[in-house]
Amino acid sequence: MGIFDIIGPVMVGPSSSHTAGAVRIGFVSRKMLGEPVQSAQIDLYGSFLATGNGHGTRNALLAGILGMLPDDERIPQSPSIAADQKISFTFGTADLRSGHPNTAVLTLTGVSGRVLRVTGESVGGGLINIASVDGLPANITGEYPTLIVHNLDQPGHVAEVTSMLSHKSVNIAAMRLYRAARGGHAVMILECDQEIPAESVAWVEHLEGVEKVTYFSTEDRI
Amino acid sequence: MSFTGLRDIADRAEAEKKEFWEIVLDEEVRLQKEEMPVVFEKMRGMLFAMRHADETYDPLARSGGLGSGGDGEKLRAYRETTDTLCGDFLSGVMEKAVKMGESNACMKRIVAAPTAGSCGVLPAVLLSYQQKRKVSDDRIVKALFTASGIGQVLAENASISGAEGGCQAEIGSASAMAAGAVVYLEGGDGEAILTAAAIALKSMLGLVCDPVAGLVEVPCIKRNVSGAVNAITSAQMALSGIRSRIPADQVIDCMYKIGLAMPAALRETAEGGLAATPAARAFAERLQTEEIT
Repeated sequence: MGIFDIIGPVMVGPSSSHTAGAVRIGFVSRKMLGEPVQSAQIDLYGSFLATGNGHGTRNALLAGILGMLPDDERIPQSPSIAADQKISFTFGTADLRSGHPNTAVLTLTGVSGRVLRVTGESVGGGLINIASVDGLPANITGEYPTLIVHNLDQPGHVAEVTSMLSHKSVNIAAMRLYRAARGGHAVMILECDQEIPAESVAWVEHLEGVEKVTYFSTEDRI
Repeated sequence: MSFTGLRDIADRAEAEKKEFWEIVLDEEVRLQKEEMPVVFEKMRGMLFAMRHADETYDPLARSGGLGSGGDGEKLRAYRETTDTLCGDFLSGVMEKAVKMGESNACMKRIVAAPTAGSCGVLPAVLLSYQQKRKVSDDRIVKALFTASGIGQVLAENASISGAEGGCQAEIGSASAMAAGAVVYLEGGDGEAILTAAAIALKSMLGLVCDPVAGLVEVPCIKRNVSGAVNAITSAQMALSGIRSRIPADQVIDCMYKIGLAMPAALRETAEGGLAATPAARAFAERLQTEEIT
């Protein structure tokens, strides 16, 4: 652990997992949506649901969706800020069969109509795990620039994406592949050491057989 | 960090003819590949954030959970109007510890040190010290490096998470960190820093994490006072020349083992300890009803 994991982070209280981690989940989800949010459905599970009011978890998730970071003093006022920005939001209960005790399911709709469904877990000390994106496993931490490609399960897509990254001198730190069924929908998740240029992300979006591309940049701004 | 223990930091300091805090800073510079002034200034930022949080305490703020708040103001009023038993210095420490804990519960901006629940201990001790001794910010920043070195070893060789090791890992760790920092400020050597950390932690061993209704309020806020005051008394023992029969690193190992032996009910699950008392259950039930409606 670095010394600023010991003295720090600077954060709005009261809880690194229930408040700071919740802001991070909202923030990472908003970044993955890739455009301004029009509406947000925020569903809680487990300890987030049971002690969420006392820890300000709901407002923290919404604050992150609005682009705030865990040290933003406006976090408690996030509902009125969202209303001012004409962003609609509803809070509910996530009906999960099982999950990490601190789980939130966020369904974000962007101004273009793009919808993203993210299951985020606050795993302690303000650290998070994005367990799934649009129903398929992801398990990303938000610590690395991450490219998520939903594509048809057919040969060649991994090669297309990885050769593009190699061409752009982006090193892959970790890579995972999942699919719902053979020949059906698949997802590849690439955590990288460098940021991927926006035009390269757009290029992947236009490949035949690619259904959706989500990119998360680690730069701390929306 | 690559320290094997507190003894390792103290030995390196002695070998390199440096102070304890310099070894901690050197190591961070080496690992993060940052310039030394950058790291130093980043720590100064932590001090500023702590001071800002202390100075902007809102006596009228109340938490959304159990309605915590206002006790820091009571302590201030009592200290200013009464010839207190604790005296001005310790009374000020108590007041700052409660204020920070309450600010955290009220969703104000604080510095986790090492955790949000224990965020009051270090600022209460260090800001009060600075007011009393009139030392520069640079000295306090160096004290924060001292504290963070102790915290790194605690995190690595034991735990700083209540869910893992109980409250001894949070308030206990914060107290050991603050004790070492005070010894540095008062001119004690590496040996005395280790002693103060050992004595402080020994007095906190076994402390369970039993938050009422699972919220970082009861008993967390007031335990920041215990951690802060314990840090100062432990530092004074070390400065007087008293030594710990059990070396600091063995106390840290012992804290880890006690954490492992603690049942889950006493590690932040709000199922045991104070959280299981009838009064706590009543609070939790009332909150649950509010949560659903």
